[in-house]
Amino acid sequence: MKRLVYLLPLVGFLLLGWFLWRGLSLDPHAIPSARVGKPVPAFALASLDPTRPALTSGDLATGRPLLVNFFASWCPPCHVEHPLLMKLRDEGIVIIGIAYKDVPADTRHFLRRLGNPFTQVGIDQEGRTAIDFGVSGVPETFVINGRGRIVLHHPGPLTEAAIADEIRPALARAVHKAGVNQKGGE
Amino acid sequence: MRTILSFPRSGSPLLARGLLLVAFALILLPSIHRVAANVAVDPDRLEDPVLEARAQKLMRQIRCLVCQNQSIADSNADLAADLRRIVREQVAAGRTDGEIKAYLTARYGEWVLMRPPFERRTLVLWLGPPMVFLLVLFVLFWRWRNRSRSVTVDEPVADLDEAERAALKRLMTAEGMSGREAPGDRDGGGS
Repeated sequence: MKRLVYLLPLVGFLLLGWFLWRGLSLDPHAIPSARVGKPVPAFALASLDPTRPALTSGDLATGRPLLVNFFASWCPPCHVEHPLLMKLRDEGIVIIGIAYKDVPADTRHFLRRLGNPFTQVGIDQEGRTAIDFGVSGVPETFVINGRGRIVLHHPGPLTEAAIADEIRPALARAVHKAGVNQKGGE
Repeated sequence: MRTILSFPRSGSPLLARGLLLVAFALILLPSIHRVAANVAVDPDRLEDPVLEARAQKLMRQIRCLVCQNQSIADSNADLAADLRRIVREQVAAGRTDGEIKAYLTARYGEWVLMRPPFERRTLVLWLGPPMVFLLVLFVLFWRWRNRSRSVTVDEPVADLDEAERAALKRLMTAEGMSGREAPGDRDGGGS
């Protein structure tokens, strides 16, 4: 019995070591997403294309899953992820763009030069809608299911790995969920 | 070269000291400037000083999402400025501190609060360190009590055999008389 007491420091040390070891693989910059699982916040943004009506939260609940991408022409990582968005569009995935704190003329130039992967683009010059989504910087991408609920929040630029490991599974989940919800309701 | 090197000594010491002071002032200037800039960073402060003080107190409790270890009161990031504006707007609109924090945590999670709330999920976080401290105190106390008890009560005096007892007696009487033990008795006294 008394011997066991001497093992306590070792146990404590191993416990501490385990926590420290786990800490090594945690990302201290990762911000947990508070909006996942909730409906998209209500918003109404002027469209980049002046001939089209305003982009509203209702446009995100279309019955099929889609992506919402916050971007800006002044943001270098947005340029980096842009070809991946083009590829997703070519697969037939609906992507809605929201231009974050950007001059509309610059946004238009950006999309004319690099191609436009978005079915619709809203202008969020004050960045209020971004805050309502819980965006902390561009680019950030959301997967929305058919009923307008946020399924996934991906902060930072898209990468091949992020699309394969996060976006595609989330889109699949969103389709599944939308189907279940349409049958059973909530 | 030589004139420059010898300047402080051969020239006026007062002038040299003055130059040094100016140099130090120049070094310090940017930091002073920064502090001043941080205080006056927002043009849209609230006019009511009470509300402004409340807004600023709230800002110090909300984490900047860009710099992460700064509050939005300290951060120069764009988003922090936006969040400061929102905090001021809501304070001016008469919202309570709790409502404003709820507004922000609904968007960014509890992560935005510099001080995590005290609830069941965070019990270990809040109570862990004091518990460990109390445990250490308890162990120290326990060991100290056991040691003092074993010296006074648990000493197995009866286990000594005749020869050892005799040696002990000799030792103690020798000590009582001279104040120190006799060198020859060392071997017999061990236990």
